Amino acid sequence: MSPADDGHTPDQRGILLDGILFLVGLILMLQLWLLTATMEAFLGGDLEIAWPAALASLACQALNLGLWRILGALDPR
Amino acid sequence: MQDHPAEFPPDYASQDPAALPRIRFPDGRSEPDQPGWRHAFPIDWARDQVVSRRDFTRLMVLTGLAFTVAQFGVGLASLRAGRARPEPKALARVEEIPVGETVRLHYPGPRDPILLTHLSTGAFVAYGQLCTHLQCPVVPRAELGRLECPCHNGWFDMAEGRPMAGPPRRPLTRIQLEIRDGVIHATGVEERTA
Ligand code: FES
Repeated sequence: MSPADDGHTPDQRGILLDGILFLVGLILMLQLWLLTATMEAFLGGDLEIAWPAALASLACQALNLGLWRILGALDPR
Repeated sequence: MQDHPAEFPPDYASQDPAALPRIRFPDGRSEPDQPGWRHAFPIDWARDQVVSRRDFTRLMVLTGLAFTVAQFGVGLASLRAGRARPEPKALARVEEIPVGETVRLHYPGPRDPILLTHLSTGAFVAYGQLCTHLQCPVVPRAELGRLECPCHNGWFDMAEGRPMAGPPRRPLTRIQLEIRDGVIHATGVEERTA
């Protein structure tokens, strides 16, 4: 699929890409928050939360990779 | 990227305007009205933006990957910390520390400084000496009933080790104590969030 024949005008594609960018940024901030909160809990002796938080971060990362792939499909160069 | 015009500069006058490629230029003017340098260095602005957004997104995804790796690092560290149970250790005899005095000892390892204090209430308390802000050693201020961190003017109360002022947010690490036969023993380390 080339950018010209994916059924989107350049404007629509721009909006889609902006949306993806926004979501990826949001998820990245969530990951950063998760890391700082886990670190804080770990230093405070709360060891229970570390693994669930790691799995949550992994899920966020998978989501971000998926969004990145969509972005690649919208602009396959 | 738009192809270069076959001839340079392009002869727009002889072309049908409707057949010209529709490019939006930053100054809002049409292609024939653009200055000559733009024909020499043609940039497809829409695509140029797409590329930078893609690169930026890749950077964010890679940063997220670093966060995830760090997150698993914390997970592994928590497994190790969960297994480590410090051995009990005799710290001092009760009569060696008068009321209001603080002594500096080490527990659980020789590189873990702690402060053991005999409070005016008669009780003994011990805390890790490293400030929970950025690990500077705290010093006792017996006259104020507090511990001070001189690095950034952080304060903890002596009775509980809780932060009172300055940047620290977490209480000092508490050393669990037991008194047996007139000897103060450290039996464990308690990290605290609040
Ligand atoms: S290191 Fe103690 S207040 Fe900053």
